[in-house]
Amino acid sequence: MGLTVQLTQIAKAYNGSQILADCSYTFGAGGVYILMGDNGTGKSTLFRIAALLEAPDQGEVRYLEGNEALVPDINLKRRVTMVFPRVGVFSRSVYENVAYGLKIRGMDHNLIREKVAKTLQKVGLAHKTNQPATTLSSGETMRLGLARALAIDPEILFLDEPTTHLDKANSKLIEDCLLTIRQERSLSMVIITHDASQANRLEGRKLLLSGGKIWEI
Amino acid sequence: METIFQGVINAIRLITSLDPELVRIILLSLQVSGLALAIATALGLPLGALLALKRLPLRGLFLSLLNTGMGIPPVVVGLFLYLILSRSGPLGFMELLYTPAAMVIAQAILSFPIVTSLSHAAIVGVDPVIRLAAQTLGATPLQEAVAVVREARYGIGAAVIAAFGRVSAEVGAVLMVGGNIAHYTRVMTTAIALETDKGNFDLGIALGIILLALSMLVNMALREMQRGGRAQTEVRLWD
Repeated sequence: MGLTVQLTQIAKAYNGSQILADCSYTFGAGGVYILMGDNGTGKSTLFRIAALLEAPDQGEVRYLEGNEALVPDINLKRRVTMVFPRVGVFSRSVYENVAYGLKIRGMDHNLIREKVAKTLQKVGLAHKTNQPATTLSSGETMRLGLARALAIDPEILFLDEPTTHLDKANSKLIEDCLLTIRQERSLSMVIITHDASQANRLEGRKLLLSGGKIWEI
Repeated sequence: METIFQGVINAIRLITSLDPELVRIILLSLQVSGLALAIATALGLPLGALLALKRLPLRGLFLSLLNTGMGIPPVVVGLFLYLILSRSGPLGFMELLYTPAAMVIAQAILSFPIVTSLSHAAIVGVDPVIRLAAQTLGATPLQEAVAVVREARYGIGAAVIAAFGRVSAEVGAVLMVGGNIAHYTRVMTTAIALETDKGNFDLGIALGIILLALSMLVNMALREMQRGGRAQTEVRLWD
């Protein structure tokens, strides 16, 4: 059925500066949304709030499955994930990084191995399985972040500038990967990017965050 | 000079022949310090993690107390523990004075602030994005904490090694609460002091060599730990 995220009149301020104000939007189940906006307009803040990582000062974030509102507990949080521009790799092997989300869910060891192998194949990191994750390049690190998120089969994936600072080859790899995932399974993706041509390539609904609110463009 | 030279020769002979008295003293020393460290780590690591990860009231005061505790003179610990464990003391009924257990308690008290404070520093130093990453992958608060503590493992290892270095080399506290009883509470440091007093330099020098070797081993391990941690940071910076 998929998850719908409903943001209602979200407000958030940092150090007296109002970042989000009366911000409302509904990310429908299975949709792809491209969020654009200048630096400092609150895109990442909005992401953290929508992904239930941070509470808004005012307003409400509701997750709906059909018409049923879900309780924002650990079970719901495990259906949603987010990849930050700074991935934050664990100083363990590439395998251990991707396996982490599955291990904390208590998944069977053999299943984990199978799933990690498949996911690493998908992002083109299969040959780096046993390498220490901290020795990867920036492009590979971002792909690892994506693999770590995809391995847990999220129903909503928030991607905060997944290709910023990456070269063309790595950006293309990530874009291709996102497009393939969209065809393979039904999940919602909300992606922050500054690249207008990338926004077109990812074929999602374009949104602009400006003045603390989301606008469709 | 000749005494030292002869003493060293005899000491090496004692070490290579695995002199039973020497071995007994070394084993007891390692047992006492090892157990004390295990207790200090079991209590200090969770406390260090709690202070690093939770905004507890009076956290600053706790940390100041711990930092002060890191430099507490062993004889002061020995004195207070002696007063507590002596017959007229509040825990005198336990009859722990002049037992290895009292020595373990003394060394645990000495190493606890070191393990706690340095573990806290190591955990606080972990990049906050690690915690966030664990959170986004569906970690519960406890799993999040474990992920952060695992990232600090080199620093925590260094904390434990530093504490071991301190307790294995201290003499004041174990002498006061252990009593340096032969075959019972005599450890390397107290034996060296006693044998020197008696003019029996062979055993003293032999124990001194072992203690120095142990100290060097501990410092080499500490250096390796710190190098491991640094290497990881460097990789991150390059990335």
